[in-house]
Amino acid sequence: MQILKQNILSTSALFALLFVTMTAALFLVFVYVPTEATMGIVQRIFYFHVPLAWVAFIAFGIVFLGSILYLRSSNRKWDRLAHSSAEIGMVFTTLVLITGPIWAKPVWGVWWTWDARLTTTFLLWFVYLGYLLVSSFASDESQGARYSAVIGIIGFLDVPIVALAIVLWSTQHPEPVMSESGGLTGSMLLTLMVSLAAFTLLFAYLLIHRVSLATAADEVRRLRQFADERDYDG
Amino acid sequence: MADSGQQADGCAIEVERLVKSYGDFNALRGVDLKVKWGEGLAIFGPNGAGKTTLIKILSTIAKASSGRVSVGGFDLRGDSVKARRQIGVVTHQTLLYDELSTYENLRFYGKMYDVPHLADRIRELLAQVDLESRRDDPVRTLSRGMQQRAAIARALLHDPPILLLDEPGTGLDQRANEMLINIVSSMCNGRRTVVMTTHSLEQGLAFCSRVLILARGNVAYEESGKLDISTLREVYHRHTGAGY
Amino acid sequence: MKESAGKVLALTWKDILSEMRTKEIITSIAAFALLVIVVVSLALDPSERTSAVAAGVLWIAFTFAGVLGLGRSFVMEKDKGCLQGLMLCPVDRAVIYFGKMLSTVIFMLVVEAIILPVFVILLDQPRFPPQLVLIAVLATVGFAAVGTLFSALSVNTKAREVMLPLLFLPVASPVIIAAIEASSLALAGEPWSEIVSWLGVMVAFDVIFLAVSPLVFEFVLEE
Repeated sequence: MQILKQNILSTSALFALLFVTMTAALFLVFVYVPTEATMGIVQRIFYFHVPLAWVAFIAFGIVFLGSILYLRSSNRKWDRLAHSSAEIGMVFTTLVLITGPIWAKPVWGVWWTWDARLTTTFLLWFVYLGYLLVSSFASDESQGARYSAVIGIIGFLDVPIVALAIVLWSTQHPEPVMSESGGLTGSMLLTLMVSLAAFTLLFAYLLIHRVSLATAADEVRRLRQFADERDYDG
Repeated sequence: MADSGQQADGCAIEVERLVKSYGDFNALRGVDLKVKWGEGLAIFGPNGAGKTTLIKILSTIAKASSGRVSVGGFDLRGDSVKARRQIGVVTHQTLLYDELSTYENLRFYGKMYDVPHLADRIRELLAQVDLESRRDDPVRTLSRGMQQRAAIARALLHDPPILLLDEPGTGLDQRANEMLINIVSSMCNGRRTVVMTTHSLEQGLAFCSRVLILARGNVAYEESGKLDISTLREVYHRHTGAGY
Repeated sequence: MKESAGKVLALTWKDILSEMRTKEIITSIAAFALLVIVVVSLALDPSERTSAVAAGVLWIAFTFAGVLGLGRSFVMEKDKGCLQGLMLCPVDRAVIYFGKMLSTVIFMLVVEAIILPVFVILLDQPRFPPQLVLIAVLATVGFAAVGTLFSALSVNTKAREVMLPLLFLPVASPVIIAAIEASSLALAGEPWSEIVSWLGVMVAFDVIFLAVSPLVFEFVLEE
């Protein structure tokens, strides 16, 4: 119970910071930054699309570290961290894949483009999916935790090679690229940075809560198991 | 005899506060056990008591969730490879490749265990388990009883000082079962440490000098020295609520 | 180190011996690969049988056939508890990994050696470029490097037939892409210099996963 109380306090501070930053970001994206010349209003999605991709990558990095630490220590807390990060990362990754077409259609007239970043993210999405499915298809939780940790490690090491292959591929097969045609002006850079900060804080907030939820759930299960065994013995 | 690890003062198997959980299910809830060199231990218990889990941990197939396990003088946490040399395992599965002959199976395992003078050793074992005539037939063509005898040959190929048996009589009729026990007895002959889990009280008693009853992941009862079958039956019922 | 190598080879040889008796892995992979090539080719008319499309057909066939073969590799061990038999041996778990990986590579290379000439004929390609051999070897090693790990993993889970391709395909995608691109260039008669970067991707993949997979393999085997 101490842990939960502490959590609520510290996350209140985090939530306040998150609220402020996100509000600032939304203001910057929708009001402050001037409309981009070539792509029009829809280009503003860029200020969501890129931070989402960035955070998805961070989430995957945490999955990687959590997986290694779990395999070494067999301490469930690392598995809870990794799984929570994977779940949230999955959501962010899906959003990247959704904002992609929303951006692509009005600007390039196609729903999908095999742009390097988007394609790499798509493959990442499948690796996350495998991570989450493995733990539900395993025969018991500890096996699920172990197996998904293996996927978490292999998948993360795969990402740079996937990116390399896709980038190399895209030089041979030119397609619409989802980034800025020119460089970024001062106001665009500022907006992007603030948006990045806002989404990172959002991720941190969600992660902390998801992990404490998972910890509480594990504790409930453990107590129930203990009670069951006691009943049976007595 | 595969030596090293066999100490005069140590135990063949030492288990301290062994816990094994599969997710939420606790298969073993703090087992303490010591088996001396040369001893024969029979482990009884109803289904789900944790007998197979215990054997799996002793044979390094499964890892303990917590607690200390030492087999053949080697701690499984660091030296499981060395520990594996000390043990032979017979379960209700043969652990043999169906498409290969008994001879080819033994040759393969012999290489994996670095068995010296392999050809001679195989010949010797095939004679002991009475499978010389069928040595070149694929294992899938052998009867269940013969397959178990081949499995015993595999288990003892590297002459391990410790033999673990997990319900070896499963799927065998009375006669094949007796033959199995006779073979195992003659090959162990008091030289090997034997731990056997079994459903059959008779089989266990015939064989072993010590008895242990496992129930719901805990050691419910332990006794050294000979017990007669009716006393054992009564004790078993008392501790597990199951009959025989 | 040397004795471990000997044991890896003993394990590989055991697999080969078993396969020579039943021939079930090689025939099923080969038949499946051929079938995919035939069925997909029927959908193309002669003008579409360019080197790029042909390369795609080839590697889709090899990829799906490869997944089939990888699946069989551990199913045969699970039977009769043989996988536990291997785990009882006084060897590092990595020995089991390399033994199975090597036998999978050998089986797949045998199938590829049969299918490649057939493919060149069926898809009416102007040449059989020697580069295809190197591409096939590098790609096969890459497939087996992660595939062996995932095969052992999925054989222990429910829905194993679905689990293996689901895990394998995204992770192996760089190898598949590289193999298709390099093959396409080779079939079009491009020189070695053009495909070197693709070969580099495959080599990087092979090296990384041959190093990492054996390290995590024990966590997949042990309960």
